[in-house]
Amino acid sequence: MSAETEQAANPAPAAPSQRVDISQAVIRIAGNSQDGIQALGGFLARLAGRTEKEVMTFMTIPSTISGGPSIFQVRIGSGEVLSAGDEADLLLAFYQHSYENHIHFLKADGMVLYDSDNVEPKPEWTARWRHVGVPISTLTVEAIGGTAKDKGKNIYALGLLARLYDLDVPRLEELITERFTGKDPTVLTNALTAFHAGYGYSLDKARELYRFQPGTPHRRPQVVMNGNEALAYGFLAAGVRFGAAYPITPWSDTMELLRRELPKYGGIFVQCEDEIASMCMALGAGYAGRVAVTGTSGPGLSLKSEAIGWGVMAEVPVVVVDVQRGGPSTGLPTQVEQSDLHIACFGTHGDAPRIVLAPANVEDCFYTAIEAVNLARKYNTVVTVLSDQAIATRIEAFEEPDLEKICQELPIDLTPVPEHKPYDLNAPDGISRHIPPGTPVLNGKYPVAAGLEHDEMGHPSGSPKYHMAMTAKRRKKIQALAATLPTPEVYGPPEGELLLVGWGSTQGPIREAVDIARAHGEIISALHLRYLNPLPPGLPEILTRFRHVLVVEMNDEGIYGFGQLAMLLRARYCLSHIQGLNKTDGLTFKVREIYEGAMARLAQWRAEAKTGAA
Amino acid sequence: MSESPTVAQEKMAAFAVTPAPQGRKPLTKKDLVADHPTWCPGCGDFSVLAIFLKLLEKRQLEHEKITTISGIGCSSRFPYFVQAHGAHFIHGRTLPFATGVALTRPDLHVFVFSGDGDALSIGGNHFTHTARKNVKMTMVVMDNQVYGLTKKQTSPTSPIGYRSKTDVTGVVDRPINPLKQALAAGATFVARTTHTNPNHMLQMMEAALDHQGFSFIQCLSECVEFYEGAFDASNPRKGGMFRTVPADHDVTSEVAAYQLADEPFPGYFGIFYQVRRPTKWEVEQRLIEQARKPLAGLASWQILQKSFAKMR
Repeated sequence: MSAETEQAANPAPAAPSQRVDISQAVIRIAGNSQDGIQALGGFLARLAGRTEKEVMTFMTIPSTISGGPSIFQVRIGSGEVLSAGDEADLLLAFYQHSYENHIHFLKADGMVLYDSDNVEPKPEWTARWRHVGVPISTLTVEAIGGTAKDKGKNIYALGLLARLYDLDVPRLEELITERFTGKDPTVLTNALTAFHAGYGYSLDKARELYRFQPGTPHRRPQVVMNGNEALAYGFLAAGVRFGAAYPITPWSDTMELLRRELPKYGGIFVQCEDEIASMCMALGAGYAGRVAVTGTSGPGLSLKSEAIGWGVMAEVPVVVVDVQRGGPSTGLPTQVEQSDLHIACFGTHGDAPRIVLAPANVEDCFYTAIEAVNLARKYNTVVTVLSDQAIATRIEAFEEPDLEKICQELPIDLTPVPEHKPYDLNAPDGISRHIPPGTPVLNGKYPVAAGLEHDEMGHPSGSPKYHMAMTAKRRKKIQALAATLPTPEVYGPPEGELLLVGWGSTQGPIREAVDIARAHGEIISALHLRYLNPLPPGLPEILTRFRHVLVVEMNDEGIYGFGQLAMLLRARYCLSHIQGLNKTDGLTFKVREIYEGAMARLAQWRAEAKTGAA
Repeated sequence: MSESPTVAQEKMAAFAVTPAPQGRKPLTKKDLVADHPTWCPGCGDFSVLAIFLKLLEKRQLEHEKITTISGIGCSSRFPYFVQAHGAHFIHGRTLPFATGVALTRPDLHVFVFSGDGDALSIGGNHFTHTARKNVKMTMVVMDNQVYGLTKKQTSPTSPIGYRSKTDVTGVVDRPINPLKQALAAGATFVARTTHTNPNHMLQMMEAALDHQGFSFIQCLSECVEFYEGAFDASNPRKGGMFRTVPADHDVTSEVAAYQLADEPFPGYFGIFYQVRRPTKWEVEQRLIEQARKPLAGLASWQILQKSFAKMR
C-alpha cells in the first residue's frame, strides 16, 4: 500500500472530543545517533517552551566518534517538570534494537510507535504494550522522494507526534523553517513536506489521541536551552569578556559557544594548547583586570589544580567551570557523576580555601554563572562552578531573564591610588582589593601578585608570622562569604523522619521522590545545597530536626561509607545520622531509585529501632 | 609579512586608559629599584636586571604600564627586584599567563623573565604556542644551562658531558637550541645576547621592545655557583670570542636565521630573525570587527537579547 492510499484510507480525526486530556507526557525517541534524533527532540522541547509548557530532556550519546544507538527523551508538562521521567508514555523506535532495548522503559499502558519498515514486533510484547506500526522509512521516501533514504525520517516522525498529541502545527512549521533556513532551499521544502506527510497520516490504530492541557502563562516568553548554553550566556550577561579553554567532553559546547559569541561583545576566547595554559591564561586576564572564565571536565580539573592554587594565593579573581563526568582518569566521558566535589573544594596542595557553587537546573546555570563572576570579583579568588554532564546536555524551558536589568558591563578600573597593599592584613574580613597593572600608585610602591608566601606588598616572606596571618586572611574572606549566604529552604515540612539532601542536577528528581513519598504518608523533606564551599549557615539546625538524613549523590559511598557531600557534612557538623544514598552507573538518578532507596533505608532503620527497643 | 598595523593602532587609541598625572617627573633608576636581589654574588642575572632598569630609564615608559611576569627559578625572582606592577607565577607557565595579560591589556608593556628550565623544559609547550600565536610581549630567557635554585641539576640547555647532580657522569641528552626552537615555532623576533656585553644586551632589549609581536631574547647569564665558566668561550675577557650576526644577514629570512642559529656554541649574537606579522591581539580585533558590524549601536544586553530571541 502506498503512502497516498494509506493516507486516503485514514482521514484525519477532526473532533477534539476524541482526544484524551493529559497534563504531561514522557516521549523516548530511540534510533542511531545520525538519524536526527536530537533535532527531533529539540523541536519538541522548543515547542513546549513556546506553548507555555515545562520541559526537560535527557539523552544518551555513545562514546564513539559517530554512529551507534542513541536516545533522546523529552518530558513535556503543563505543570512543573522536575525530571526527565523514569518511564516513557511513548517509545518512538526507528530500529529493531531501539525497540528491543527500550520497550522496557515504557509504562504499563504505554505505546510503542515504530518504523514498521525496520521493526518486527515481538508477539509476547504486543499483548503487553500498545503497538502502532507506521512504515516511516517508506512514507518519508514517498513524501520527499530521492534516494536519501534516511534523511527526513525524523521530521516525518515529528509530524506523527504532532498528530498524536495535537501539537501546535503553525509553531512547529515556524521552528522547522527557522532551523533549515539558510541551507539549500530544497532542504526546507523537503522538511516541511515530510512534516506534513507525517501529520497527515491517520493514527487510528493508536486507539486514543491526546491533547495537552494549557500550561501556566508566564510573564515573559520562555527560552529553551541546555545547561552548557545557559552557562555561556550567563557569563556573557555577567560581563565576562575573556575566556580560555581546551576542548574536553562535555565542557566543549560552552567553549564553542563562547568562542563564537564573545567577539560580538568585543571579547576574546582563546583555544589553548592545554588545560594548564587555559587556567593560566584566565588568571592572566584576571590579573590584568577582567574576570575571565575557563572550564573543563574530568581530568582537565586535575591539570588546572596547581594554577588554581596560585589564584587563591595571589588573590586574583577567576571562574572555573567543571562539567563533571564519571570516574577517575579518562573515566566515563559521556556519562554523569558528581565525583569532583572534593577536588573542587580541596584539589590543590596546601590550604587553598575557595568558593564552589553548583547550579540546580538549566535556568540556574545562567544565574550561577553571573553569581560566580561577581563572587570572584568581590572576594578576589577562584570560584568553581560544578555543573555535570546531565545538566549540561539536558534541555529545559525557563522564563527569559530581564536582560536589560541583569546584564552588566565590567570596565577595567585604572583609577590611580595613593598607595596600595595587595595583601593588606587590616582589610575588613580579609577582603583586599586587586589593582590591575596600569593603575598608577602615587607613592611609587608597586604590588607583586605572588604565589610565594608574601608580605602585604606581595614580596616573599617565609616568616611564621606572615604565613599564619596570610593563611588566616585567605580563610577569613571565605568565612565572611559564608556569613552572608542565605540559609537554604527545606522543601517540605521543616522537621520529620527523613531529610534528603542533594546538590547539583539531582534537585528535580529528589523533589519528585519527596512528593511521591509524601503522597504515601511519609514525613520526608528535601534540602538542596547550591553553595558547597563555603557551606551556608543554618545547616546543623535543619539537619538535627530530622531523625535521618540521606545525602543523595551520583558518586561512590567511599571507603568510609559516605559519598563526597555526605563526608563534608559529617566532618563539618559531626552528625552521625547523616548517611548516603549513592550510585555510580553513569546515569542520572531516576525518581524511583531515590524513592525506593529512601524507603528501603527507612524500613531498615525502623526495623533496627524495633529490635533495639525489644 | 608586513601587514598594516592601523587596525590595532586605532583600537589601542580607543582603549580606555587613565591619563598619566600632569607634570610627571622623569622615571629614574631610583624609582625602579625594589628589593635587593637575592642572587649569589657574581651571578649574571644582576647584569640583566641592571640593563632592564637602564632600558626603562632610557625609554621613559609610563611607570604604571610596565609589567614584569616570571615563573619559577633564580631568574624568575625578577619582578620582586623591579619597582613596577608584577606577577610571580607558577613554574613554566609564565607565557600563557602573560598571554592573558597581553590580550586583555594591549596598553601594557609585558616583559617575561624566565630561565632555561622554566621556559624550555616545563614550559616548552607554552613556548611553542605563544610564539606561533605571536602574542605581543618581550620574553627574556636568562639561560645559565643549569638548574641553580634547586642546586645543580641538568637543564634542557646543559651541554652533553656537563656533570650535574642528576647526571653525575655527565649529561647524556642532546641540549635544546632555544633559537632554533623559537624559529621553528614561528616567533617573529629572535635574538641572542650575553650578560658579559651590557651594551649589546641593551640594544637587543630596545629592539625587542619596539617589535610588534612576540620577541624572544636568549640571554646567556652565568651561574657562578654551579656552572662557572660556562660562557667563557663567548667572553673576550676570558679568552673567548664575541661574534655578532654578520652585517649582511637578512633578518627576514627564516632559513638564513636557522643556519646562523645552528652554529656550534658559542655561536653568534644579535638579531637572528625579525618580521612583522599580525599579532594575536590584532587578529582577534579583526574577528571582533566582523562580528560587531551587523550589531552596530547595540548594547551588550541587546546583543544577548537577539540570541535569546532565537531560543524562544
